[in-house]
Amino acid sequence: MMRAVCWHGPRDVRVDTVPEPEILNPRDAIVRVTSTAICGSDLHLFNGIIPTMESGDVLGHEFMGEVLAVGPGCRTLAAGDRVVVPFAIACGDCFFCRERLTSLCDNSNPNASMAEALYGFSGAGLFGYSHLYGGYAGGQAEYVRVPYADVGAFKVPASVRDEQALFLSDILPTGYMAAENCGIRPGDVVAVWGAGPVGLLAIESAYLLGADRVIAIDRWPARLRLAESHGKAETLNYEELPDVVEELKQRTGGRGPDACIDAVGTEAHGTSLDALYDRAKHAVGLGTDRSHVLRQAIQACRKGGTVSVPGVYGGLLDKVPFGAAFAKALTFKMGQTHVHRYMAPLLAHIEAGRLDPSFIISHDRWPLSAAPEAYRMFRDKTDDCVKVVMDPWR
Amino acid sequence: MRTRSVTRDPRAWAATGALTVVAVAAGAAWVASRNPRWSHDGRRRVDMPALAAGRGARVERTVTILRSPDELYARWHDLARLPELMAHLESVTPLDEKRSRWVARGPGGTRVMWEAEITADEPGRLIAWRSVAGSDIENAGSVRFTPAPGGRGTEVKVLLSYELPAGRLGEAAVTLLGESGDHEVREDLRRFKQRMETGEVATAARRVEDSR
Repeated sequence: MMRAVCWHGPRDVRVDTVPEPEILNPRDAIVRVTSTAICGSDLHLFNGIIPTMESGDVLGHEFMGEVLAVGPGCRTLAAGDRVVVPFAIACGDCFFCRERLTSLCDNSNPNASMAEALYGFSGAGLFGYSHLYGGYAGGQAEYVRVPYADVGAFKVPASVRDEQALFLSDILPTGYMAAENCGIRPGDVVAVWGAGPVGLLAIESAYLLGADRVIAIDRWPARLRLAESHGKAETLNYEELPDVVEELKQRTGGRGPDACIDAVGTEAHGTSLDALYDRAKHAVGLGTDRSHVLRQAIQACRKGGTVSVPGVYGGLLDKVPFGAAFAKALTFKMGQTHVHRYMAPLLAHIEAGRLDPSFIISHDRWPLSAAPEAYRMFRDKTDDCVKVVMDPWR
Repeated sequence: MRTRSVTRDPRAWAATGALTVVAVAAGAAWVASRNPRWSHDGRRRVDMPALAAGRGARVERTVTILRSPDELYARWHDLARLPELMAHLESVTPLDEKRSRWVARGPGGTRVMWEAEITADEPGRLIAWRSVAGSDIENAGSVRFTPAPGGRGTEVKVLLSYELPAGRLGEAAVTLLGESGDHEVREDLRRFKQRMETGEVATAARRVEDSR
């Protein structure tokens, strides 16, 4: 038996004792988790707005650890290897994986029919993220089963610490892809809504990719301070301004930012997503995602610019200024992160000292038993919480 | 995909059909017997094999698999291993060059049996079948393998028509399969694709005993 952070209902996560995972398929590995984090998207689960969660589901999709055992078809790994695991589960063999669009894997979601009912097609299965996304047990646990581990677990050299490598599982590639999707050219100004972990890492990535200036928009002082001090971004507290769009225009010589990153997404798609899941066609006219940030990004973006959306949306959006998007010939880039394709290059950046995402950690090495408190703290942003990392063996 | 029921409760129909569908399809592969009705010129679609006029339900479903038509055809042709791919199939036993016996699991240890006869077999392209008289489930269908454009694998299309038995056996089949035959065909095809592309079938079970 092992300890794991389990979902039991909205705002109710507990540390349960559950059976240890087993090798089920030839390409599986079992990983003994050494570091595991709570993601902003876990808060959607915590708040109970993602449908198809079941009591007892093991949470967590940002984790790393040591390989304990591998199946006979997993020839790239051996017991003892230190690995970090992408949050999206990908087979490596389908059309989408071959195209390096691994978050769109055709084969890894055993509940693909649920996602097809909702979205027309299913993307990849995800660790610890509802039955809609496969019902896989997550990594906020002592052990986790990793499917297709031969393509889904990346070895980490001993010279790289857990805190540096852990975020390769999700938020570092997510911030990086958000910036890459901006198609940054010399002289570009990039505006980033949301200075949480993904936004902060998008700021780092934007500079790495050659942005001239980055402007971060948030309302939490601790996060804005971090964007300024570590990220070298200009900051903008939207609660202190009458008009964010106008402010951005004034700060960019009247042109508008060349690219706008929505690192916020939705938190307001609760009932609508449930309804949508029941029957997509009945969802029209019901509640919609809260798309305030997306509206601002579209409005603020310069003509011919790019709106990049790493923030998660689940359902239908209301009053999106599509006319403005059309009139300005904007480009939209979005989606779950194709984590696998970024692992090697980002690890190289970390090893070379060009990136160190560990600066976002505000609460390190908490014991698993403190997970319920950690979820509440992260949601309410008390104690200047930006990122919580847990050690299952403390 | 379309599911159409003509004469009875569509859900009942669908359920049963699902059960056997893909399994039966496989059965068809056993023998090559050419029926002019099934031949085609590559542009014209082969019609569904019809049960008696106006009867039964129809299912049509297509999936693209990143493997060659020959590989997929060969795997489908391997009757004894079909139960690995099809959830409710217990066994397939060749009887002679043309026929094979199919056994599927029902609820409470019940079994549904039928015999299939191949009506068309074009290597790398098409397999078609029909149940023989006296089967628990009357059905006919085909599976076609067509190269997808741009080297993107093979489009695998299953067509099926079927009619459920009346009475307890039919009800058992419904209980077993849920209410949509279409769903079962789709899930069997999904497993086929997973097996052929990745070498395994995706599962989110936690323990071995939960995965069976």
